[in-house]
Amino acid sequence: MDGSTPASPSVDVAPGGLRRARPVSPGFEAWRRFRRHRLALASAVILALMIAAIVLGPSLWPVAINDIDFTARLNGPTWSHPFGTDDLGQDLLARMLYGGRISLAVGLAAMAVAILVGTLIGAIAGMSRGWVGSALMWLTDLFLSLPPLPLLLLVIYLFRDFLKGLFGAEGGIFILIVAVIGGLRWMPVARLVRAQFLSLREKEFVEAARALGASKSRQVVRHILPNALGPVIVAGTIDVAAAIIAESTLSFLGLGFPPDTPTWGRILYDAKDYLDIAPHWALLPGAAIFLAVLSINFIGDGLRDAFDPRKVM
Amino acid sequence: MNEHQLRGLIARVKAGDLTRRAFVHKMLALGLTAPMATQMLDYCGVARAQGSFNYKPSKRGGGGALKVLWWQGATLLNPHFAVGTKDQEGSRIFYEPLAAWDGDGELVPILAAEIPSRQNGGLSADGLSVTWKLKRDVKWHDGKAFTADDCVFNWEYASDPATAAVTIGSYKDVKVQKLDDYSIVVRFAKPTPFWADAFVGTRGMLIPKHLFADFAGAKSRDAPTNLKPIGTGPYKFADFKPGDLVRGEINTNYHRENRPYFDSIEMKGGGDAISAARAVIQTGEYDYAWNMQVEDEILQRLEKGGKGVAVITAGGNIEHIQLNSTDPWTEVDGERASAKTKHPILSDEAVRQALAMLVDRQSVQDHIYGRTGVATGNFVNNPERFVSKTTKWEFNVDKAGQVLEAAGWKKGGDGIRAKDGKKLKFVFQTSINTPRQKTQAIIKQACQKAGIDLELKSVVASVFFSSDVANPDTYTHFYCDLQMYTTTMTQPDPELFMNQFTSWEVATKDNKWQGRNITRWKSEEYDKVFRAAEGELDPVKRAALFIKMNELVVADRVVIPVVYRPRVAAIASKLKAPLSGWDNDLWLLADWYREA
Amino acid sequence: MGSYLLRRLLIAVPSLLGISVVLFTVLALAPGDPFEELATNPAVPPEVRTALRIKFGLDDPIALRYLRWLAAMLGGDWGFSFVSRVDVGALILQRLPTTLFVIGSSQLLAILIAMPVGIFAATRPYSIFDQITTTFAFVGFSLPTFFTGLLFILVFSIWLDWLPFVYRSDISANGWQWYLEHARQAIMPIAVLALFQAASLTRYVRSAMLDVIRLDYVTTARAKGLGERVVILKHVVRNALIPVVTLVALQMPAIFGGAIVTEQIFRVPGIGSLLISSILANDTPVVMAVTFVFACLVVVFNLIADILYGWLDPRITFG
Repeated sequence: MDGSTPASPSVDVAPGGLRRARPVSPGFEAWRRFRRHRLALASAVILALMIAAIVLGPSLWPVAINDIDFTARLNGPTWSHPFGTDDLGQDLLARMLYGGRISLAVGLAAMAVAILVGTLIGAIAGMSRGWVGSALMWLTDLFLSLPPLPLLLLVIYLFRDFLKGLFGAEGGIFILIVAVIGGLRWMPVARLVRAQFLSLREKEFVEAARALGASKSRQVVRHILPNALGPVIVAGTIDVAAAIIAESTLSFLGLGFPPDTPTWGRILYDAKDYLDIAPHWALLPGAAIFLAVLSINFIGDGLRDAFDPRKVM
Repeated sequence: MNEHQLRGLIARVKAGDLTRRAFVHKMLALGLTAPMATQMLDYCGVARAQGSFNYKPSKRGGGGALKVLWWQGATLLNPHFAVGTKDQEGSRIFYEPLAAWDGDGELVPILAAEIPSRQNGGLSADGLSVTWKLKRDVKWHDGKAFTADDCVFNWEYASDPATAAVTIGSYKDVKVQKLDDYSIVVRFAKPTPFWADAFVGTRGMLIPKHLFADFAGAKSRDAPTNLKPIGTGPYKFADFKPGDLVRGEINTNYHRENRPYFDSIEMKGGGDAISAARAVIQTGEYDYAWNMQVEDEILQRLEKGGKGVAVITAGGNIEHIQLNSTDPWTEVDGERASAKTKHPILSDEAVRQALAMLVDRQSVQDHIYGRTGVATGNFVNNPERFVSKTTKWEFNVDKAGQVLEAAGWKKGGDGIRAKDGKKLKFVFQTSINTPRQKTQAIIKQACQKAGIDLELKSVVASVFFSSDVANPDTYTHFYCDLQMYTTTMTQPDPELFMNQFTSWEVATKDNKWQGRNITRWKSEEYDKVFRAAEGELDPVKRAALFIKMNELVVADRVVIPVVYRPRVAAIASKLKAPLSGWDNDLWLLADWYREA
Repeated sequence: MGSYLLRRLLIAVPSLLGISVVLFTVLALAPGDPFEELATNPAVPPEVRTALRIKFGLDDPIALRYLRWLAAMLGGDWGFSFVSRVDVGALILQRLPTTLFVIGSSQLLAILIAMPVGIFAATRPYSIFDQITTTFAFVGFSLPTFFTGLLFILVFSIWLDWLPFVYRSDISANGWQWYLEHARQAIMPIAVLALFQAASLTRYVRSAMLDVIRLDYVTTARAKGLGERVVILKHVVRNALIPVVTLVALQMPAIFGGAIVTEQIFRVPGIGSLLISSILANDTPVVMAVTFVFACLVVVFNLIADILYGWLDPRITFG
């Protein structure tokens, strides 16, 4: 508009007259910046490929996951078994594709739960100056002190049949696992977010926003939260890996999917005693977890850089 | 095999035509235990064989340290409170019984001067008493003498319900009297065919009267000697960290000469079976590891290094699948799997027959257990010749399908067979244990091909085997259609083992699921035979009755046996250790030595 | 700050009590049975098991059991283990030195690795050094400790035969020999744990540094002519430490709680393995004692972290 100061220093005035610049939404701007972060883009592609493989794979590679074949045990990669076989002769590629659905779904969902709950609690605690903050921190300390194993056994015992009745066998277990894993990992996120908030809420730009009449929630959402996200993103990526592994640990408690479900963590556990005999069996799920986590991390980095107003890209 | 045939075999042993060991082997095949077999021979007057273990060292000590790995660490050291074999083994380093069972099921005197028999007057003709003569010059680790008073005290201690000893079962129905300082007589209330229970083997370890007398009854768990044992064994107590470490030092006053060979023993606990196998067989860090529940393929690979071997000892454990006779999915009076119901599908004989044909025992043996599991079709191990007349194990998916087809179970659109609206879907549970999960996977695949859908469930072992009244996942609740685990038969007498099929032992809500009949199977004929065997004094007649009981169980397919599981231990190549499947691993610890 | 500290300490006591109530209830309600091994032993009549349960007061109502426990705790009596009838305090003290040594060293090592690596990587983002360390960090926390532990055993104990892998808490050697032996058997568990911790801690340090390094006052400091090292260490690190302090404080109680998987693999007799075996055996007195001490440590270290925030960033006020 004529007479007003351009909001962004990068808006150029075309030589030879005023030309109205096309309005650019922040979302599109962020996407444009994300695109320029090469690693993030590559990772997004990789992650998309993994998801596509998991979703479409079983129809393209119609080998059964539990076809026991004792003549082909512990074989390395061959044409008929591109990922090799395990000690019962089952095809690893099929198992990894099938299990990948569960592993990635659980990993991402549990991470989402942990991040959302943790950020919410941490933000509220970080902004409060009274008893609410103390109460929330007490709750955090409580959850940190609870020994996971008896708690899990108790939760399984109390809720499994109820959830099975509501959501069916598979759905019920999925919800239970995600709730349990996410429910035990939100505490570090909460404390990290609270610490960030304690520091950020005293900064000048927040004070400025307050002076302009911003409500508390607006201060939080538009000003403080975007700057507090650094550790949250790191926690998110670590949580995905931890959630995938935790799911396999849960199957040892009887919670979790039945023992013949080949989630990545489970395959890794089954393979651990055969490391010197058939290393491919363990390395493949390990590499898959590593790749998934790595790509999520770089996407996170890219997102943060894209939304960071200070960074010039 | 009836009584007549049994007597025929015994006569052949007496005539020298058949070795004692071969006879015992045949008895094992029929479901009896080795100790029971040897008792039969003794009763019929067959001369006892000499133990076959050669102890070579000619002096005491000098052997250095013996390091053994028990991947479940001992948590207490009083044999009367031993919860599980790990505590028995920990106690066995320091305490000894009057007699022990060797690998062939023969009784070997330890603190007794000789084994009672009819010939030497130890066993009374009416089966109501046993007289033990004790060894003289045996000293406790603190120097006091071992006498008959100690034996009488052990009986009082264990039989007192206030003590809550786990050995109470062996001592509460007997009376022990002192005859003189070195002999005692054990009196039974009724004629007892199997007399070698009190003071023998795992439940017979003796604790000193002078240290425990003040702590009998309700105060028993406060005795300081519970944690610092003073026994008669080859090693004296040095250190104990519950769950982690038991250490002993050589007892220079041990009552058998030239023993023990090692100067100290260290029993380390914790970890898992396979790393224990590695520690003995691959790296040689330890000399012995107990209970190798490891795939045989891995064991064989480890053995290639030459530092150690896996040793297999015959015992009586059977990994088997139980079929629920009742309906676990219907609730009656607040109880599922109630004895008042009948399983709608498994009560069909054809289904049970088909299931028995869908267990690929050969593959389970070859690819999972290897040497550590021998495929079997009887509820008792079954090598070569003694196949029960009515059952033969075979794995045949097509035949199973035919049997089902003939009985009216037709395949539906989803590949699962159904009849009258009922689908062949079962829930199959077991404890968490890698070989078991693999076995489940193999069975599931075979069942799928025949049109049966199995949902696999695995429960953490501490919950599965618990006696928690409120928990639906325990094996005694049996709230599913099929379940699989191993029953142990290290009790020398199979009577305690076979009462799990009697109708009065059915586990119900009323008895808090403590009943031992978990399949809830009821058979009048079985009950009759069992009662007859309870009172039968003649061990040969009794053995024939037990064999008949076995046949009844297997013929009705109450259980589907999978593999017979002997005990497997990992042992360093140079270590010589006599092992027994009928007693603790450390039953003759004093005789362990290392070859130069 | 003084009044804040006082207030927090006063609140700590009832908050710990509240935590102990919840802990006790969870343990009491959790399925499982301390005497389950007796259940599978056919020679043990059920009366024995019932007698034991009554003796240990297992069938009393939960509230009564809790109060009994609380009274005993306040009197200094931590109870007796159901399973081995050993004084719980003695059990914990037996395992404390090993735990402090192994787990404590690994935490220290993790911090010593993560801080310099994270700081250096942040100063040169996306350089070769950064990319390599990032990859290693990812491998580090993508692979669970049971996997890396086994890998180490395979490589160092079995193939190379350099190190023993069964941890023995009593080594009979003297002088420097004793130290050497202890070091040899402790290296692997310490390394496994430290690498796993360092992997995630490095990422946090790097991220926190990157957040701060672009701020204006850093540019100002540089413009003032201060050397790069001073800028980084005095200005950047101190402000980036808040998340790091939070995390380290969260990790400290784990020194007491131990590392269950690593202790199991290497057979380290630490408090972690005591905890897990007691949980599986339903040995409630031991579990209660360990988790209660753990809870106290959690509360204490989080309090220390909160105090440190005030020192690191003077603008932070509480309330």
